[in-house]
Amino acid sequence: MEWSVFQQYGPMLLRGFGITIFCWIMGTILGMALGLMIALAQRYGPRPLRWLLQAYIEVIRGTPFLVQLFVLYYGGPLVGLRLDALPAGLLGLTIYGSPYFAEIFRSGFNAVPKGQIEAARAIGMAEVSIIRRILLPLGLVSALPALVNFSIILTKETVILSIITVPELMYQVSRMSTETFRYLEANFVLALFFWGLVEAISRLGRRFETRITQHLIERV
Amino acid sequence: MFSIPTFLESFGPLAMAARFTLLVSGLGIALGLVIGALVCACALSKSRGLRRFAAIWVSFLRGVPLLVQLLLMYYLLPVVGISIPALAAAVITVGICASAYISEIWRGAIGALPPGQSEAAEAIGMAPGTIWTRIVLPQAVVMSLPALVNELILLVKASSLVSMVGIMEVTRASQAQAATTFRPLEVYLAAACIYLAINLCLAGIGRWLEHKAAV
Repeated sequence: MEWSVFQQYGPMLLRGFGITIFCWIMGTILGMALGLMIALAQRYGPRPLRWLLQAYIEVIRGTPFLVQLFVLYYGGPLVGLRLDALPAGLLGLTIYGSPYFAEIFRSGFNAVPKGQIEAARAIGMAEVSIIRRILLPLGLVSALPALVNFSIILTKETVILSIITVPELMYQVSRMSTETFRYLEANFVLALFFWGLVEAISRLGRRFETRITQHLIERV
Repeated sequence: MFSIPTFLESFGPLAMAARFTLLVSGLGIALGLVIGALVCACALSKSRGLRRFAAIWVSFLRGVPLLVQLLLMYYLLPVVGISIPALAAAVITVGICASAYISEIWRGAIGALPPGQSEAAEAIGMAPGTIWTRIVLPQAVVMSLPALVNELILLVKASSLVSMVGIMEVTRASQAQAATTFRPLEVYLAAACIYLAINLCLAGIGRWLEHKAAV
């Protein structure tokens, strides 16, 4: 085992880590936004649009992320979609995450008691303010654990972006290992690193969850 | 422009490669079921050491991306002097990764059984071993079936990563096909169709099982 390579390649790895975090945060935010729009369109949109979105959800959830990236990055230019690796990766991550987020939002909305919405309608609230003041706040709170959970899963999916040459952490580690022939050490450290990262994020997520849902916990 | 003949022609070689996708995910889940049962037994055991081992096993395998696990295994085996075919190494890695999720599925299913069931069995004088084999396990296995099909769908998709260590499954075959035809869009879309077909079948089985298990 040889550890000095990490010192030499430190700055490069750090940059890769920055891009990993960037991809994760952007992918989560954009995927959530798209997922929320899909969930709302599925609830209020016309029937053909709902069918179309359901097909989109099935297709994206039924195909591997790697194949989706290949279609986007290598197939895209054939239909005029010419993207660099990083934007292609971000777009891919957004598309990949959106149906999962949409389903999470849908179940969150379904968990809002019907009586709440009926009551809002009965006192003459406009449909838009029902969404904004009743459906979203109540639905988001009940969807929160699943949202946090899927965001953590997305952290791990970012390594797949290395295959289409997004210069994130995994990409830099592979580069380092091909230049120094330290494959085992490099991947070992990478595994430990991701373990730590995912554990840390899960812990933060749990704390965030208990904070937001504090009003739901019955005090004894 | 989009070439429909190329799209249709790529189905031939890709469908051949689908055997390996099915093999890796099928054997992966089989291995995952065995190891997952052992890990689940550790997690539920009275010994604190075994419980801690199970907790670390699950948290490590769920916290590390599968791609990293595959590469780690790929480079680790030669160093410790084990030489097995790449396919076997891939199946073992996928199986080990799946075991973490499967052990959690089973732990959840066993935990979801009403405690009254085993209490009643105890009250009529059943031996602890018999309670497990006759009361707890049969119900827990039936309850976990939909979740296991779900896990299998995830594995079919995860098996695309196995292409990175040189297994000629659908994704690898489509890379080769795209390189020879210079039509990546058609070929990768065909690959997506194959995965989608497999997973829609599995999802159908899952819904059917869920329907059966609900009775």
